[in-house]
Amino acid sequence: MTTTVEAGTPPVGKSPSGSARGARHRTGRIHRVGLPYLLLLPALLLELLVHLVPMVIGIVMSFKELTHFYIRDWGAAPWSALANYEVSVDFDAPVGEALLHSFLVTVAFTLLSVGLCWLIGTAAAVFMQDTFRGRGLLRALFLVPYALPVYAAVITWVFMFQHDNGLVNHVLHDQLGLTDKRSFWLIGDNSFIALLTVSVWKGWPFAFLIVMAGLQNIPRELYEAAALDGAGVWQQIRRITLPFLRPVNQVLVLVLFLWTFNDFNTPFVLFGRTAPEAADLISVHIYQASFVTWNFGTGSAMSVLLLLFLLLVTGGYLRLTSRGRRAAP
Amino acid sequence: MRTPLAPPRSFQWSRRIFLTLLTGFVLVPVYVMVSSSLKPLADVTGTFRWLPTELTIRPYIDIWSTVPLARYFVNSLVVAGAATVCSVVIAVFSAYAVSRYDFRGKRVFTLTVLSTQMFPGILFLLPLFLIYVNIGNATGIALFGSRGGLILTYLTFSLPFSIWMLIGYFDSVPRDLDEAALVDGCGPLGALFRVVVPAAVPGIIAVAVYAFMTAWGEVLFASVMTNDTTRTLAVGLQGYSTLNDVYWNQIMAASLVVSVPVVAGFLLLQRYLVAGLTAGAVK
Repeated sequence: MTTTVEAGTPPVGKSPSGSARGARHRTGRIHRVGLPYLLLLPALLLELLVHLVPMVIGIVMSFKELTHFYIRDWGAAPWSALANYEVSVDFDAPVGEALLHSFLVTVAFTLLSVGLCWLIGTAAAVFMQDTFRGRGLLRALFLVPYALPVYAAVITWVFMFQHDNGLVNHVLHDQLGLTDKRSFWLIGDNSFIALLTVSVWKGWPFAFLIVMAGLQNIPRELYEAAALDGAGVWQQIRRITLPFLRPVNQVLVLVLFLWTFNDFNTPFVLFGRTAPEAADLISVHIYQASFVTWNFGTGSAMSVLLLLFLLLVTGGYLRLTSRGRRAAP
Repeated sequence: MRTPLAPPRSFQWSRRIFLTLLTGFVLVPVYVMVSSSLKPLADVTGTFRWLPTELTIRPYIDIWSTVPLARYFVNSLVVAGAATVCSVVIAVFSAYAVSRYDFRGKRVFTLTVLSTQMFPGILFLLPLFLIYVNIGNATGIALFGSRGGLILTYLTFSLPFSIWMLIGYFDSVPRDLDEAALVDGCGPLGALFRVVVPAAVPGIIAVAVYAFMTAWGEVLFASVMTNDTTRTLAVGLQGYSTLNDVYWNQIMAASLVVSVPVVAGFLLLQRYLVAGLTAGAVK
């Protein structure tokens, strides 16, 4: 430990004790100016390499006619100005129409999934705020879907949604008789419900976790004072718990929104490379537009449009909620 | 113990009903996974059965030979382990700089790093692939198809959230502590490792858990950036279903085997995750 620390300290700090004061002074200045940047350097380099530079390249690619003819040497692909964007947003032609459809499906899916995840997570956290017997066990159990690797969780749902040997049809049709015949869950219109179910099952524990952490910061005295004033439990939840969770919710909802909107893993494992139309989430749609049809220019243009949309929504959301937050207290 | 009075019956009943339903919803897939992994093949190809006709551990033996699961397992362990260690170390440095220093571009840095969270993975998948291939051609460092490339990619996935959470956590460690260490003659890095890091252990564990889970579960980049020898579990598990027969009992057994390390680790350390979130992110 000591040696690492010594080695990590800039040499100036190790100057002989005679000029220690002056050296310390100088070290302090160097640290104030240079050290923070030095500490940030690894993160900065990696973010540049893996996120920022690829993003710039992606944007450049969106202005190129990058089909499979040019994939070996993409620099040689001809510039196509805005052609890729025109194709993407021409909603009367098949490509644009499919993109718009996929976008709308994703919006509906995200709103429902985030809403349900937030609702279930918050309700569970609030109900489990007081201690009761078995609370610790229940809490651990509730976190299991979140802890499971995505593919392991989703593949289990794939099995449950199977037409002939799945649990869902067995319960709904064989045991409860709710459907006339066994339904298909992973193709056709039902696939939207299947996707939503899996997404909520997997996602709500995250909301639960965050809200649970947020609840611990609410001072106990507030509840005691409210109880003395005669406020019931429901009133306490409405007047104390929920207002206190506002800042937590501001971030939580945004993070859930971004993760759900960009989710690739769940639909990809659930449906494979080509998702059914009713559950054609935008990430998989773009993946297919790029890798299955080998048209990377158009795929990139679609990704850029998606990014612009997310930036817009995030910016608007933060403005809106921050203003409300400042006005609230 | 929130109120001196017991909560009213309406609250108690809502709680009971809600938590029971939720437990069912959470447990059913877990039950299917566990029970199906102990069934003979006939039980999982016919109509679903709640109870196995006979219990067998055959699937747990067969999973290792149907696909090279052990190799995938090692790959995932190496990739996720290395990505976690690097991510945590880098996040600690960055969070310390942001938490303890004022410098130009601080706001730009935190905003940029956080905003990478909203990038759709699909936007930089192909460019990153091209960068890795080109770096390989230019320098001979094989990033594409190698574990190294995957480690590099995954560690940046968990970095933004880790940095953000550790900033909050470090902010909650009193400055007086590291100033005292500085007066005692520690350098800034000494103060970081002797004072701030030990005080922030729960936050660091939380970040490590998050980073490991992120790397262990990623599918998109793993499916494009690995080859037969470097394939990770996320992709390898699909090997059971592309064969002519779908060995659902083996798939469930394999899913369980790959889940146990992360779920066990997560449940053991979730206490720290909640504590870390409480002190850091949600404050």
